Amino acid sequence: MSPDTAMTATAPAAEAAVRKGPPGAARGRRPGRIRRIGLPYLLLLPALLLELLVHLVPMVIGIVMSFKELTQFHIRDWGSAPWAGLDNYTVSVDFDAPVGKALLHSFLVTIAFTLLSVGLCWLIGTAAAICMQDGFRGRGLLRALFLVPYALPVYAAVITWVFMFQHDNGLVNHVLHDQLGITGKPSFWLIGDNSFAALLTVSVWKGWPFAFLIVMAGLQNIPRELYEAAALDGAGMIQQVRRITLPSLRPVNQVLVLVLFLWTFNDFNTPYVMFGKTAPEAADLVSVHIYQASFVTWNFGTGSAMSVLLLLFLLVVTGVYLALTSRGRRTAP
Amino acid sequence: MSPTRSPMAPPRSFLWTRRIFLTLLTGFVLLPVYVMVSSSLKPLADVTGAFRWLPTELTIDPYIDIWSTVPLGRYFVNSLVVAGAATVCSVVIAVFSAYAVSRYSFRGKRVFTVTVLSTQMFPGILFLLPLFLIYVNIGNATGIALFGSRGGLILTYLTFSLPFSIWMLIGYFDSVPRDLDEAATVDGCGPLGALFRVVVPAAVPGIVAVAVYAFMTAWGEVLFASVMTNDTTRTLAVGLQGYSTLNDVYWNQIMAASLVVSVPVVAGFLLLQRYLVAGLTAGAVK
Amino acid sequence: MRSIRAAATGAVMLSLALAASACGGGSSTGGGSDDSPKELTYWASNQGAGIEIDKKVLQPELDKFEKQTGIKVKLEVVPWSDLLNRILTATTSGQGPDVLNIGNTWSASLQATGALLPWDAKNFDRIGGRDRFVDSALGSTGADGQDPAAVPLYSMAYALYYNKQMFADAGIDGPPATWDELVAAGKKLSKDAKWGLGAEGSNPAENVHHAFVFAEQHGADFFTADGRADFTGDATVAAVKQYVDLMAKDEIIAPGNAEYAQNQSVSDFAKGRTGMLLWQSASANLKSQGMSEDAYGIAPVPVQSGTPGAGKQVNSMVAGINLAVFKNSDNLDGATEFVKFMTSDAEQRILNTAYSSIPPVEAAQEDPAFASPANAVLRDTLAKSAVALPQVPDESQFETAVGTAIKELFADAAAGRAVTTDSVKAALTKAQQQMPKK
Repeated sequence: MSPDTAMTATAPAAEAAVRKGPPGAARGRRPGRIRRIGLPYLLLLPALLLELLVHLVPMVIGIVMSFKELTQFHIRDWGSAPWAGLDNYTVSVDFDAPVGKALLHSFLVTIAFTLLSVGLCWLIGTAAAICMQDGFRGRGLLRALFLVPYALPVYAAVITWVFMFQHDNGLVNHVLHDQLGITGKPSFWLIGDNSFAALLTVSVWKGWPFAFLIVMAGLQNIPRELYEAAALDGAGMIQQVRRITLPSLRPVNQVLVLVLFLWTFNDFNTPYVMFGKTAPEAADLVSVHIYQASFVTWNFGTGSAMSVLLLLFLLVVTGVYLALTSRGRRTAP
Repeated sequence: MSPTRSPMAPPRSFLWTRRIFLTLLTGFVLLPVYVMVSSSLKPLADVTGAFRWLPTELTIDPYIDIWSTVPLGRYFVNSLVVAGAATVCSVVIAVFSAYAVSRYSFRGKRVFTVTVLSTQMFPGILFLLPLFLIYVNIGNATGIALFGSRGGLILTYLTFSLPFSIWMLIGYFDSVPRDLDEAATVDGCGPLGALFRVVVPAAVPGIVAVAVYAFMTAWGEVLFASVMTNDTTRTLAVGLQGYSTLNDVYWNQIMAASLVVSVPVVAGFLLLQRYLVAGLTAGAVK
Repeated sequence: MRSIRAAATGAVMLSLALAASACGGGSSTGGGSDDSPKELTYWASNQGAGIEIDKKVLQPELDKFEKQTGIKVKLEVVPWSDLLNRILTATTSGQGPDVLNIGNTWSASLQATGALLPWDAKNFDRIGGRDRFVDSALGSTGADGQDPAAVPLYSMAYALYYNKQMFADAGIDGPPATWDELVAAGKKLSKDAKWGLGAEGSNPAENVHHAFVFAEQHGADFFTADGRADFTGDATVAAVKQYVDLMAKDEIIAPGNAEYAQNQSVSDFAKGRTGMLLWQSASANLKSQGMSEDAYGIAPVPVQSGTPGAGKQVNSMVAGINLAVFKNSDNLDGATEFVKFMTSDAEQRILNTAYSSIPPVEAAQEDPAFASPANAVLRDTLAKSAVALPQVPDESQFETAVGTAIKELFADAAAGRAVTTDSVKAALTKAQQQMPKK
C-alpha cells in the first residue's frame, strides 16, 4: 500500500468516527466508546503496516535465512536451499576458530567505537545547544553552519576526510607533522591502529549535529520561568544547567542516546566509504564485517546468523537501558 | 520575542568559555568544508599532489565537468523527490501515531512503541536482501513496481525515519499541556481538530527537527540505494560514487559536485532554522 | 492482554504469508523464454572515464544493433561499486537484465549460482564459434571442464610503465626484464623523495593480482587441483614475501603506498614521484593526469629470469570483462544475437579502441589500431604469458582473504615492523582459515 492512500483513507474515517461527540460526552455510550477505542488504532495503522512491510517481515525472512546454507550455489532459489540447522550460529560463536574470533574482535571494536562516538556526539551537541540558547550576533548563521556536516551527503563527507587523512598528501599530516612538528614522522591514519581514531573523528564530526539539533529543539520546551526562578535563588550557570536543563532534557535524552547508540552500532555508510570492503583490524566495525561475510564472500546464511546475534544483543541492551532509564525517570522530581 | 533566558546577564567566564568552545567547534566543522571548497577549485593534478592551504592554480573546470561525467542533475532531482516525499509521509504518519500514543490510553500501546523502536536495531544487511525479494514479488504479483522505482525507495526510507520520529514526537506532544487540546475540544473541535489546531502548532520545533532528520536519513543512505535503484532512479548518495571510476578518481569533481548539491540543502536549513526555535516558549503556552 | 495476543498472532501470520510468497518467488527464476523478442536490458560496466562517457560510447553501437535486428537495447551503465551487489540481488530475485558485463575473475563464482546461460558448443556456434576467441581470454570464463558462463568482451593485461626521463636521469639503460633488475633500478630511482615503484597496498584485488603472478613464477598455486585452498605452501609464502619485500626489504615502494586504494599510485607515476608502475591499460588514466604519451615507456612485467612465457615465466593475470546472459531472460534469442553483435570483429575494434583494451577476438586483434608499441606489449602478454586467476567458485573469498592479508602485511612494512617468512605464513594461514570448509 502506498503511504498516501493509507493516509487519506485513515484521516477522514477517523475524523468522522469521532466528530459526532466530544470524547468526554461519549464516555459510557456504547457506539461512541467503540469509535473512541478504534481511533488510536486507526491513527497507528499506517505506521504499523509500513513497519511490518519494510522491517518486520523482512526480518523474519532474514531469520529464516540464517538457518539456511545460503552460499552462491543456492542463492538463485533460496527457498530450496538446504537447511543448515544451527551451523551458521555455531560457526559465528566459536570464538576459538578464526571466523568466530574475528567476529568477537569486530564486536568489541564496535562497542568501544559506539560508546566513544555516542558519548562525544552527545556531549558536543548538548554543550553547543546550551551555548547557543542565548541570543548573540551570528547565532542563526552558526546554527546553520553547524548543520553542514549533517547536510553533506555521507559519501562526500567521508571521502573528504579520507582525503585529509592520507599519509603523504593529507591535511592532517601536513598540520601535525609539517607545520606543528608534533609527530616525528607522518602517521598512517587509514591503516593500522590509528584508523580507529580516524573513524571516530569522522563519526563524531558527522554525528554531533544531530544531537545538537534534537537537544536544541528540546531546550525550547523548557519554560523560561524555571530559569528565572533559579536565577533569583542565586543559582549559577552550571547549577542551572545541572538542576534545570539536564533534568528537563531527560525524556529527549533517553531516546536520543538510545537511537544514537543503535545507529552508530549499525552504521554502515561511514566505515564502508572510508575503508571499502575490508577495514583495517583496529577499525573493523561489525556492520562492514557482516557485509563482507554476506556480500563479499557470498555466504548470506552466516551473514544473517551474525546479524541475528547482533540483533539479540541490541535487544538486550535496549531492554536494560529502557528499564533503567524509565525507572530513573519515574523517581526523578 | 526576546531570547534572553535569564534576567541577569550570564557571567563573564561563561561568555569566554562559550566563545572559545564555539570557535573551536566551528573550526572542526569547517575544516573539511574548506578542503572541499579549495580542492574543488584545483586541477586534478594539483588535488592529488601534496596538500597546500592555498591553491596555486585556480580553475572552475570541475564545476563544468561534473555535469558531463555523471548525470548529476538527474541524481539531484531523484534525491530531492525521494527524500522530500519520504519526509512528508514520515512526518504525517508520525504525527498521527505520536498523537494516538500521547493522548489516548489503549491496549497494546507499550507493545507498539517498543516494537517500533526495536526496528531501529535491525542491521540493514539483515533485511536488505529479504526486502528486495518482497518488493520484487509484490511487483510480480500486483504489477506495482517497487524495486528500482522511486516509490520503493520512498517507502523504505520513510520507515527508516518513522520510529525515531514517532518517539521524538511523543515526547514533544506530551510536553504540550493537555488543557490546551481539551479546551479546543470544548470549543467544538474533534480530536483531529485539536491535533492540527493546537498540538501541532505547539510542537513545531519538534516537527521541524524530525522533518530535517527524516530528510537527511533519506538524503544520505547508501546501502539500500545502491541495490534498489537503477540508472534513471539513482540517488545522489550513490551517484556521487560515479566520479570514482575504475581507473581514475576525480577528487576535484567529487568535491565540486558535493558542494553544488549541498548548497540547496543548507539554504533550506537556513530557512527552516527559525522554526526550530520558535514554538512553545515563544507563544503557545503563554 | 487478549487483543495484544490476537494482534501478535495476526502479525506473525501475515509475516509468514509474505515470507512464503518471497520464498515462492525463488522458483519463478527457472528457465528463460523468448516472450519479449523486441527488447533487451543490458548492464554495462563502467569502462570509460565516467558513466556518461560510457553511454556516449555504447549508445551509437546499440542503435546500430537496433537498426540491424529491430531489437531495442535498454542500456544501464552500472558503477563498479554497485555492480556485484546488483548482480547478486538480481540472481537471488530473478529480476535482472538480459545481458550483462561481469569482471572476468567473477566468472567461476557466478557460474556456480547457475543463473548464467552456459556457453556450450551450440550457443558458441550461434555467435561464430569458440575458436574466434583468444585462448587466454577463454581461460577466464568459468571453471575447467564446464561450459563457459560468459564470453570474453574486453581483455587487459599488466605491463610495466616506466618514466623515461627519470630512467635517463638515474642512468638506467632500459626497462628491467627481471625482478633483480627492477629492484636495482628502483634503488637508483628511490632518492630525494622519489621512489622506484608504485603499488596499491590497500586494494585487495590489486594485491591478489600481483601475488598471483609471483606465485606462478615460484611454481605455486593458491588452490589444489581439486579446488581446495592452499595458501601456506613454502613457495606461496616466498612469492607473497617477494612482493611485500619490494616495500619492506628493498624499500623501492614508498611506505605511504600501503594505504593506497584509490589509484593514487597512478597519479604518483604521472607526476614523476615514482619511476615505475605495474598497471593494466593506464594510458587513458595517465593522459587525464597530464602525462604525455612520450614521457613513459611500456614493457612486459618482469620475471625471475629469462623472458616471459608459459609456466614459471608468467607475468600477468588475464584481466578483462566478460559478457554474460541471464538464463531466465525473456528474450534468449535476442540476447544471443546481441552477444554475437558485441563480439563481432567490427564492434570489437570500435569498443576496444574506445576503452584502450585489447580485443579477445583474434581477427579484431590483427587491426593496426592494436599494433602500437603499447598495445603490442599487452597483446603479446595476453597471447603468451598471461594466466587466468584460479577459476574456482571460491575465487571471490580468495581475493578478499588473501588480498586483505597482503594489505595487513603492507601495513606492517609501512609501520616499520619486520616482515618475515613467519609473519607472511601466519597472515596466509589466517586467510586460509577464513575460506569455506570443504
